[in-house]
Amino acid sequence: MLELKNISFEVEEEGQSKVILKDINLKVGDGKFVVITGPNGSGKSTLAKIIAGIEQPSSGSILLDGRDITPLGVTDRAKAGIGYAFQNPVRFKGIKVKDLIRIAVGSDISVAEACKFLSEVGLCARNYIDREVNASLSGGELKRIEIATVLARGSKISVFDEPEAGIDLWSFGNLIEVFERMRAAGADNSILVISHQERILNIADEIVVLAGGEIKAHGAREDILPTLLGTDSAVSACGKMTGGAQ
Amino acid sequence: MDEIQKKLLFEVADLHVVPEGAYNIRANGRSVGRNSTANIDISPKPDGNGLNIRVKDGTKKQSLHIPVVLSKSGLKETVYNDFYIGDDCDIVVIAGCGIDNCGVQDSEHDGIHRFFVGKNSKIKYVEKHYGSGDGSGKRILNPVTEVSLNEGSFMEMETVQIKGVDSTVRETKAVLAAHSKLLVRERLMTHGSQSAVSVYDVELNGEGSDADVISRSVARDNSFQKFDAKIAGNAPCAGHSECDAIIMDNARISAIPRLDANNVDAALIHEAAIGKIAGEQITKLMTLGLTEKEAEEQIINGFLS
Repeated sequence: MLELKNISFEVEEEGQSKVILKDINLKVGDGKFVVITGPNGSGKSTLAKIIAGIEQPSSGSILLDGRDITPLGVTDRAKAGIGYAFQNPVRFKGIKVKDLIRIAVGSDISVAEACKFLSEVGLCARNYIDREVNASLSGGELKRIEIATVLARGSKISVFDEPEAGIDLWSFGNLIEVFERMRAAGADNSILVISHQERILNIADEIVVLAGGEIKAHGAREDILPTLLGTDSAVSACGKMTGGAQ
Repeated sequence: MDEIQKKLLFEVADLHVVPEGAYNIRANGRSVGRNSTANIDISPKPDGNGLNIRVKDGTKKQSLHIPVVLSKSGLKETVYNDFYIGDDCDIVVIAGCGIDNCGVQDSEHDGIHRFFVGKNSKIKYVEKHYGSGDGSGKRILNPVTEVSLNEGSFMEMETVQIKGVDSTVRETKAVLAAHSKLLVRERLMTHGSQSAVSVYDVELNGEGSDADVISRSVARDNSFQKFDAKIAGNAPCAGHSECDAIIMDNARISAIPRLDANNVDAALIHEAAIGKIAGEQITKLMTLGLTEKEAEEQIINGFLS
C-alpha cells in the first residue's frame, strides 16, 4: 500500500513562496486502480513526481508497505517498487526499444520476452523492437512504449501522468484498452493514473479530486464520478485531447 | 607478436588469430605477416614506406585486413598505403591502429590511405583507433584518407575512436564521379585532455553523385573536438553532413559546416547539434532503476552504438 502523509510542496516564485500542494493525505490500497483528477494547475503532475522521487516534498512523508521511502531518490524508489510513466515520454538517440525494455526488466531478457510487453500495449512487436526510441516515433507510439517500460518493471505501484496528453484520438482509444486490460489483470499491484478523461475515470476503483493543491474529494467511482461530469475534471475524449498540467 | 600487440590487434581489428584472406599486419614499424590472394595483391612500395594494394576487377566478397599496432614508446612513423580497386568489386577493408604507450616519449602513427575505386565497385572501409598504456608519452594518430570514386562506385567508411588516443587530426578527402556514393559514419569519444579534429573535404563532381557524412561524438573531461566538414556540389548531386555531439564536463566542441553549391541542382544539407545529455533522459532511466552514472553510460553507449 502507498500512503502519503501530510505532503506539502512549495516553490519560490519571484521571491514569494507559492504553495503547490497542501497537506495531502492519501492511501492507495493493494490492487486498486485510482485516478487523480482535477483542473489544470491543481498540482496533479507535481504529486506524481513527488511519488516517483523526481521532486522532494517540502514536508510530509511517503510510505510504501509501511516503509518510509521519503528520503530515497528516484533510483531507490524505482527499486523499492514505484513505477512512473512520463507525461511527455523521453526520446533517446541510439537506444532501441528492446534496450529500454531490458533496462526496465533489469535483466538481459530475450527479444521474444521483450516483445511480449509491446504486444500488451497493442504494438506489433516485430515492427518496433529494433526501432530507436527517437524522433521517428509518433507521440502515440512513444506513449505506448513508455507504458510498456512501466509494465515491464512490474512495480508494486505504477504512476501514469496524463497518459492521454499529446496523442491523437485513435491512439487514445487503444490506450484505454491497454488500461482496461491492466485493470482486468488485477493482482496485487496498484495503478495510479493522473487524468481528467471520462473514459479513464470510468474504469477507476477510486477517484481523487485535486484542486488548488488540496484534495477536495476522494471516494469510490460510483460516488465521485457523477459529481464531476460536465466539469473540467471529467472531459470526454473529444473535449480535451492535448490538455495537461505540467 | 607479444601479448600487448595481440590485445591491440583484437581492439582495432577484432582479430584473435591471423585473418583469412589478404592481410598485412604491421607491428612497431615493420610487417610481421602478409598474405596476398589470387585477387588481392599486397606488395611493399619500393621506398619501404608503405604498401601498394591491387584488387583485380570483379573481386567479390573478399576481405582485406591491414591493422597497425605500436607498443614501443617513442616510435613515430608515416605510412603510405595505396589501394587500387578494380571495376565491379565488392570488398571489405579493415584497417585500424592501436597504440600502447607505457613510456614517457610520444608514439605516433600517421597513416595515409589513398583509395582509387573502379567503376561500379562497392567497398566498405572500417577503421578503428585505440590507445592504451599508462605512460606519460602521448598516443598520437593522424590518419589521412583520400578517396577517388569512379562512376557508379560506392564506399562506406566507418571510423571509430572511443578510447585512449591523445591527439588525432583526421583528414578525409573525397572526389566523386557520376552516380557514385560516399557514406561516412564517424564515432568518437574523447576523455581527459585529448584533442580530436576531423576535417572532411568532399567534391561532388559527377551528376547524381551523393555524399553523406555523419559524425556522432561525445566529449568528456577537458577534451576538445572539432568537426570541420566541407561539401562542394559541382554538378546535380546530393550532399549531407551531420554533426551530433554530446558535451560533458569542461569539454569543448566546434562544428564548422561548409557547403559550396556550384551548380543550381546541387542539393546540400548540413545539420549540427551539440548539447549536454538531457536531464529528463537521465531521470527516465533512473525511474527504471539505473543509478545516475549508469544512466549516463547507457545514454552514451546508445548514442555511439
